[in-house]
Amino acid sequence: MHIKVIKPGLATSVQDAGRNGYYHLGIPPSGALDQYSFRAANLLLGNAETAAVLECTLLGPQLQFNVACQIAICGATMQPRINGQPQPAHQVLSIATGDTLDFLPAAAGMRAYLAVSGGIDLAEVLGSRSTYALGSLGGYQGRRLQAGDMLTLGAAPSTAAPVGRSLPTALQRSLPSKTTVRVLPGLYAHRLRPESATRFYQEQWSVSSESDRTGYRLKGGTPLQFQPREAPFGAGADPSNIVDAGYPIGSIQVPAGKEPIILLRDAVSGGGYAMIATVISADLDVVAQLQPNQGITFAAVDMQQALQARQHYQADLQQLRQALG
Amino acid sequence: MSEHLIHATLPGTFYRRPSPDAAPYVAEGSQVEAATVIGCIEVMKQFNEITAEHSGRLLSFLLEDGDAVEAGQVVAKVVS
Repeated sequence: MHIKVIKPGLATSVQDAGRNGYYHLGIPPSGALDQYSFRAANLLLGNAETAAVLECTLLGPQLQFNVACQIAICGATMQPRINGQPQPAHQVLSIATGDTLDFLPAAAGMRAYLAVSGGIDLAEVLGSRSTYALGSLGGYQGRRLQAGDMLTLGAAPSTAAPVGRSLPTALQRSLPSKTTVRVLPGLYAHRLRPESATRFYQEQWSVSSESDRTGYRLKGGTPLQFQPREAPFGAGADPSNIVDAGYPIGSIQVPAGKEPIILLRDAVSGGGYAMIATVISADLDVVAQLQPNQGITFAAVDMQQALQARQHYQADLQQLRQALG
Repeated sequence: MSEHLIHATLPGTFYRRPSPDAAPYVAEGSQVEAATVIGCIEVMKQFNEITAEHSGRLLSFLLEDGDAVEAGQVVAKVVS
């Protein structure tokens, strides 16, 4: 009664809503980088919304099911196949014992979420089944999946979702190859020279190929210049250094002014780089679906707009629950 | 004689050599087997090898060492 990993894919890991409440102790939230798609896949199956799923990045895994169950895949476009036969995404699919599931490489988006009925059953660590690979914490043995791993399913939902039920198109997120992301400027935006602070929002940046769950590194824009200053006690000599501070998830730092880094859910919790802005929580899913070399532009918003965007995001989730409840 | 296009399956950075100071995996015009590694794509700090997929002669590369590559983009041509 398990799922066997034949091929692990590029970077497949168990994720859920995340490990919230420990970031101040240095343990990041982790969890599905695209929370909307992760929740949609679970809701399709009638699972608890935050049941553990597999986050499949660019190149999905090949899995053999030694258990009959239902599955649903949301997020990036990665053509799923059961026993070699193409299957639709955003839809409840039926798996028979002995079936093999694999995926074609991502045609759009970066991360697909594979939910199984009952969720992936693993011991929780600090209240979450999410994998934090850098800390060898949570998930399947604290790491990405490897060939030969055996995954166990949790108890299936009492009412099985009808096979073929699908996510309405209006509730599917688009996966653009370039996008504008909203940010709240600060806390150290005042450290930029005014011309850099302006130009940062005018240029398109592209996602570098090193980008991962820890952070998205951006290139292609003009290097940013910081205000000259005498380094205060405890700060590094580079003008982009500050006295160590906590890093919010979504915060953007620019070491030496060269390549901005957006911190994501596996990020370090603090350090000595000035954060010039923070991606608003409502737009973090969008960042995580950008592939290497795709384009990103930043738009500054104020706190009220950021909170409004968060409300809209919550309303979208509510719509998902109503459509699939 | 037929011409085959070798496509990238992943986006990232394309390299023609296993490390910055190593010789290229293959030179244009060389004979290759289906399993011959002709390049690699770096994504998320991992290097994923690209094989020729066909045995024959590697006619040309369509990307330079260090170029950005999109999934589906043609990397090289092989004639067999």
